[in-house]
Amino acid sequence: MARIGVFICHCGENISATVDCEKVAKVASEFPGVTVSVDYKYMCSDPGQNMVKEAILEHNLTGVVVSACSPRMHEPTFRNACAEAGLNPFLCEMANIREHCSWVHEKSDATTDKAIDIVRTLVEKVKRNEALAPIYVPITKTAVVIGGGVAGIQASLDIADAGHKVVLVEREPSIGGHMSQLSETFPTLDCSQCILTPRMVDVARHPNITLYTYAEIESVDGSIGNFNVKIRLKSKSLDEKLCTGCGACIQKCPVKKIPSEFEQGLGKRTAIYVPFPQAVPNKPVIDRVNCTYYIKGKCKVCEIVCPTKAIRFDQEDSFVEVQAGALLLATGFDVLKTNFFPEYGYGKYEDVIDGLAFERLASASGPTKGEIRRPSDGEIPKKIVFIACAGSRDPAKGIEYCSKICCMYTAKHAMLYKHKVHEGTPYIFYMDIRATGKMYEEFVRRAIEEDEVKYIRGRVSQVYEKNGKLIVRGVDTLLMGQAVEIEADMVVLATAGIASPGSEELAQKLHVSYDKHKFFSEAHPKLKPVETNTAGIYLAGACQSTKDIPETVAAASGAAAKIAGLFSNDLLKRDPLIAVVKKCAPPLYSSCTGCFMCIPVCPYQAIDKEEIKDRSGNIIKTISHINPGLCQGCGTCVAFCKSKSIDILGYNHDQVCAEVEALLNEW
Amino acid sequence: METNNTNSFEPKVVAFVCNWCTYAGADLTGTSRIKYATNVKIIRFPCTGRIDFMLLMKAFANGADGIIISGCHPNDCHYTSGNFHARRRWMIFRNLLDFIGVDVNRIVFSWVSAAEGAKWAEVVNESVDQFRQLGPATSYQKLIKNSEFQEVE
Repeated sequence: MARIGVFICHCGENISATVDCEKVAKVASEFPGVTVSVDYKYMCSDPGQNMVKEAILEHNLTGVVVSACSPRMHEPTFRNACAEAGLNPFLCEMANIREHCSWVHEKSDATTDKAIDIVRTLVEKVKRNEALAPIYVPITKTAVVIGGGVAGIQASLDIADAGHKVVLVEREPSIGGHMSQLSETFPTLDCSQCILTPRMVDVARHPNITLYTYAEIESVDGSIGNFNVKIRLKSKSLDEKLCTGCGACIQKCPVKKIPSEFEQGLGKRTAIYVPFPQAVPNKPVIDRVNCTYYIKGKCKVCEIVCPTKAIRFDQEDSFVEVQAGALLLATGFDVLKTNFFPEYGYGKYEDVIDGLAFERLASASGPTKGEIRRPSDGEIPKKIVFIACAGSRDPAKGIEYCSKICCMYTAKHAMLYKHKVHEGTPYIFYMDIRATGKMYEEFVRRAIEEDEVKYIRGRVSQVYEKNGKLIVRGVDTLLMGQAVEIEADMVVLATAGIASPGSEELAQKLHVSYDKHKFFSEAHPKLKPVETNTAGIYLAGACQSTKDIPETVAAASGAAAKIAGLFSNDLLKRDPLIAVVKKCAPPLYSSCTGCFMCIPVCPYQAIDKEEIKDRSGNIIKTISHINPGLCQGCGTCVAFCKSKSIDILGYNHDQVCAEVEALLNEW
Repeated sequence: METNNTNSFEPKVVAFVCNWCTYAGADLTGTSRIKYATNVKIIRFPCTGRIDFMLLMKAFANGADGIIISGCHPNDCHYTSGNFHARRRWMIFRNLLDFIGVDVNRIVFSWVSAAEGAKWAEVVNESVDQFRQLGPATSYQKLIKNSEFQEVE
């Protein structure tokens, strides 16, 4: 005989404002099988949990229904409380009368009735729950970090320092990411490369880190604790073991005029190249699209000059498979090209550049060795106009969100310009100044007050060329919307930060959810900021939303701590809500007829065949068998099974049928 | 299409939803305090791929006037492909329902992601309106009443 306890939570007034909780408790007490039914203001509080525990002990309950918020919120809380009182945690269910009832309906009898129906449904379900034991699976203590920007670097070092193995996968020939392109960083104006490159070297040297550059994720199988990651190592046309990084090939390569991606097109590179001098690993790759040998079938100058004979023209992409317990996404961001803003002249006028290109101009290692010279003629610009929010906060033509970093880097750009060109005048057109970080507001004030950056609040309508000048036509909204026209020598657009290209494909490979802007979604915006909703896959940095460096590093260390925490156990506890093939006594053994329809539909290859043999080893019957380590409990096989021989623990036929009946009867 | 214009009629609606997308989406409807009709009650499944469509018949037999099935968008399934199986099963099942004379408008099949709280409210309200137009689902009860099965009982 079932003895069910029902616990109705008021959730302060979140539930009781629209649902008559006392009535629900009273009605529920009359459901068959319900021994105790009470309501309380805060069931999740310590006294509330104690009520549950005491009721379990006092009434020797066989099941508990906590009627409160979503099980996605507090199911673990109450299951733990039940376990502490000696009740199997899987005999506790939550009836969601907050998110699915009190918050979505007005106060009425219908709302209370609905809450009663929900409770009755879960009471019927819990009567049919079985005591289950968690499954323990071993954890492979290796993390795969995808993306070698500052987030990936920081996380890799943190995980590796905690004593675990890390495989760092980077798409480009070198790690470093966007941070390695930056000149100086706000608000301290310390040199970006000076702080990053030592960390890059640490990554390459760390005994726990395996670095794969020029590599991409091919596929990912498995689940938390035991992922199987296949990595495509794109051909570098080079034997890395032989290459010493002497650079003779780069000097002699005849193709010298390829716009450098690292220099944002402001500098040139060769066909065999390292992206930048401090690259890690500092060994070249051949860009097959531009290499003369791959286009015309002859050249091979690099092969001739290579002192160690490391060039491999016939090298093909290769694959490595890595077993990993956790994955970390740190794929970063990209900046939006503003081609869709033809009125700003980006792409039309050489001297209209984006913020990342300005970083290269201002960088001591950049194409101008740190001098601010405009791209068209190399002159030092006397006036630069910076346009903030070029594409951000613009639902009509750009993207609706705030890219967050632009206000600060625009202030920094103006400041750097003023520091390098004392007689120059920087103007900034802005909507609002969002300087919310530590020392950020002070930084902006410094730009305005000490460096005399001219901030103009208003939008720019047009940039056009006249007599060799770029005419920036805008409006000053603080001067009652007065039109402003500035004759500039150069225009810098603070273009919006967007998700890195390929994010969507990667998210689909990993089954990680992403938002409409293709940024990866965190599991909870406040409480699980570095987890994804796929267990064992974490995220850090600007792949989640545009972030500045301090935030990115904080998120990376946070994710690394989560992964190190996961790896601190040898076994991983998993919910046993998985599919099982029903068995019974001889001579039937199982109702499974051996049609094996379930095998091809299983997304995890968790089902194989099991032979039932008699004592002398003769096969009596072949039935399906589900590997509990691989099964994730989706239940696709359950719906496919013609003979109803597979059931899924926690959502079995009895339970769902009882739920349907309970929900609809006694309406 | 059965039609019934009783305005006061409140259909009983069961929603079969997956845990990862639509259940979470419906949670988001709650956290966003978006209001919708009280007629719909949710049963949680791990995945729409788990939904054995005999449960739909079970629901009609127990007096449901309408059913909503909702899971993850294509390619977003937490389990890779469960929603595709559900969709394929639904395409076949609706033909069967149509053939045996059940109004297929009594079942709404939709995709609501964990981020689409507002969409869930829309799906519910539109479905309830649709079911209200259709009136009470009585064909199953009539069938039972007229069948020999009933007499034996």
